[in-house]
Amino acid sequence: MKREVPLFLTAVIGTFMILSFFVPHQIVSVPAQFLQLTAVIVVACGYLLGGANVLRVNLVAIGRQEPGWLYKLLLVLSLLATVTIGAIEGPGFLDPGRRSRWIYDTLYSPMSATMFGLLAFFIASAAFRAFRVRTIEAMWLAAAALIVMIGRVPIGEALTRFLPVPLQLPVIQEWIMEVPQNAAKRAILMGAALGIMATGLRVILGIERAYLGGED
Amino acid sequence: MTPLQNLGRIDRRWLFLGMGILVLIPLLFPLHLPITPTATSIAFHRAIANVPDGSTVLMSCDYDPGTIPEMVPMTRTALRQLWEKHCKVVITVLWPGGPGLVDRVVAEVAAEYPDKKYGVDWVNLGYKPGNEAVMVLMGQGILTAFPYDYRGNATRSLPIMQRARDYADFPLLVSISAGYPGTKEWVQQVQARFHLPMVAGVTAVSVPEFYPYVQSGQLIGMLSGMAGAAEYEVLRKESGEASRGMDAQSLAHVFVALCIVLGNVVQRDVRRGDGS
Repeated sequence: MKREVPLFLTAVIGTFMILSFFVPHQIVSVPAQFLQLTAVIVVACGYLLGGANVLRVNLVAIGRQEPGWLYKLLLVLSLLATVTIGAIEGPGFLDPGRRSRWIYDTLYSPMSATMFGLLAFFIASAAFRAFRVRTIEAMWLAAAALIVMIGRVPIGEALTRFLPVPLQLPVIQEWIMEVPQNAAKRAILMGAALGIMATGLRVILGIERAYLGGED
Repeated sequence: MTPLQNLGRIDRRWLFLGMGILVLIPLLFPLHLPITPTATSIAFHRAIANVPDGSTVLMSCDYDPGTIPEMVPMTRTALRQLWEKHCKVVITVLWPGGPGLVDRVVAEVAAEYPDKKYGVDWVNLGYKPGNEAVMVLMGQGILTAFPYDYRGNATRSLPIMQRARDYADFPLLVSISAGYPGTKEWVQQVQARFHLPMVAGVTAVSVPEFYPYVQSGQLIGMLSGMAGAAEYEVLRKESGEASRGMDAQSLAHVFVALCIVLGNVVQRDVRRGDGS
């Protein structure tokens, strides 16, 4: 029963949700709405589980004084402080002047932006050390990358403005993006969509059981 | 050891310094490189221009502070264009780290239009967990999915929500998205299912993913990263953050391109040296 009941629920709910896509009648749409609301609640509970898991994993590492345990301690303290302050401030915790807002504006926001900003530096380093052209295919890839990279920014236009229009970098990069890139991307999207449909059917029919965990 | 082989052993901190200088200089001393709007940016601008004046538009701002330089200028310019058409704007955020940022950005733009009132001309519905489930749930009723807005008001009591019950009430969805959940999910779950016309502003790195949707007409227009945001500002005759940032981005792209070329020249020299 431990496996049959989840399999049965998955099959019924999966089929029902597919049905709700095509049948707008209340008999289908009202229960579908209930299921969607339930999904939202389940995802919200997932955040609680995630938080608890972060605490568990890091507290164990801190207790054993594993390498980098001070960073983990900082993480745990930050997590607890943010959650506690937010809970005390209650609704409107991100209103201007609140402590939570201060944490968001002066800590979270700049640190998050900095992490993304650092990418530019590491991309430059990786481009110098790792982007190796060893085959004809890699040469075509590198050529396309260089054209798109320069063609998509204003300097591409400024550098090739004197050339005939079909030879200007922005025009060539647009062709690369719209024709070969688009064709390849569409094929990938279609392949992925077919794969998702096949997996969905396997889950609904009970063939795919990995999501249940444990032994199959 | 040849000079090229020496270059191959360069400390990567020199590369970081080079990148830093090239980004910093144009920010301090702008080069004013020409910005020519592309077809997808023009289509984005035109799609909003074609929205009937005074209608209510859905805007999903699915990003967090990591992508401020690309996403925030798009958001600002789109809000300005919509409000100059006297449109009402219903805003959602499906990223947990985004609501604080989006609320601040919208409030800053709203301050430029003193006649625009919260709850009447715009509302921030805030964050709701559930990703695609929230999108589909909104199709059953916006009030069902968001009984309270970001500020804790009952959405049922807000004047703007009286004319925004479900997707059929919106002439356009503006999706400003930095990843998952975002534009792709809005296309798959909402545009395809509820046939809601849609435009998108996306990060430069994710642009290739959305070209098929532009070509199929599921996305009427698209802004591609900071370049797209700058083109949109040019179309709106604004001088915003994106336009100012494009000089820096141009030089950064040239630097990365040079790194690729130089890295390969050095490697070739090293291999030739090993061979001899």
